[in-house]
Amino acid sequence: MNCTKCKTKAVIKIPRHHAAFCKGCFTHFVHDQVARAVKSEKMFGKDDRILVAVSGGKDSLALWDILLKLGYKADGFYVNLGIGGYSERSYTMVRRFADSVAAPLGAALHTHTVEHEEGGGIKELAQVVHRPTCSTCGTIKRYQFNRAAVEREYDVMATGHNLDDEAARLLGNVLHWQEDYLEKQGPTLPASIEGFAKKVKPLYRLSERELAAYCVLSKIEYIVDECPMAQGARTLLYKEVLNRLETESPGTKQYFYWGFLDKQRRKQDAPLTMSEKDQALLHPCATCGQPTTAEVCSYCKLMARAKLPAR
Amino acid sequence: MHIQLSHPARTVEIKGPKRTKDLLRELNLVVEAHLVIRDDELVTEDEMLYDKDRIEIRPVISGGTP
Repeated sequence: MNCTKCKTKAVIKIPRHHAAFCKGCFTHFVHDQVARAVKSEKMFGKDDRILVAVSGGKDSLALWDILLKLGYKADGFYVNLGIGGYSERSYTMVRRFADSVAAPLGAALHTHTVEHEEGGGIKELAQVVHRPTCSTCGTIKRYQFNRAAVEREYDVMATGHNLDDEAARLLGNVLHWQEDYLEKQGPTLPASIEGFAKKVKPLYRLSERELAAYCVLSKIEYIVDECPMAQGARTLLYKEVLNRLETESPGTKQYFYWGFLDKQRRKQDAPLTMSEKDQALLHPCATCGQPTTAEVCSYCKLMARAKLPAR
Repeated sequence: MHIQLSHPARTVEIKGPKRTKDLLRELNLVVEAHLVIRDDELVTEDEMLYDKDRIEIRPVISGGTP
């Protein structure tokens, strides 16, 4: 299999784009997808200070790497969740990347340790508050990340949510008709009120497989183990189902999520629904009195053209 | 050939030569959820794998809240 662009030997096939790429062209493809996301969703500019949430996993380290390589001012923020050996290994990955790649490019790493402030690790806290571990973890990470971004005066905070994350979340929200959540599922959430930093997801155009491949090809070491707390999480089931569909029908995940974003955008551009718009514009037809949005209704126009008097 | 798998970490031995996509199918693994790495290099699904190769099949899916 050869690279679609330069015809040398390919290292990865991307069926949803009907393409295969060599290492160099794939790196260019990944950077281009992020640059497109940043531009089309108005995420940030070259002068903005960005705080990237890094976990030691492939997505967040790839995001930090890509933003730095694209010339953005991006620092990292790591939350130590206190999940024994898993947290230690993930921190090692983050520290290694921060020292070897980020620091030489002028970027800093900030850390927050859950046990220091919240008084226990994620597992213990979840037991105390009788909530699922993933949900407790999400609440604490979102809170601390936002606080760090606001207090340290960053313009925007960026997370490594990818196409698979967003498609799986959308599937979950649709299956349970959680319409309130659907409204908040865009790749850019503005700083709506005082105290809330702007949040962006620059990897929403790239799949998990593409991001893992980017790390392997760029020699970025990341934690491959699954978080021990996430085993059995519903998200994994949704991702598995979507990947089975994707294998049979390439492009399913992007059509699903990007299609949703497209519909959201159109909804925003046209604040009135079709029926609301019609209600506002309707009045009696000058010829027959039936409701129409024009002076003369379509039926009367048609009948006039057919040289028949309208009833 | 020697194949390293994760979640849980284990090694399996499979007779080559074999095309990458056939290996994944034999192990009941979905292409979209895995990368196949031979000696630190990514390989595409049409690549032929041989008995002497050291292969890692790496899952790419992560769960929980990213």
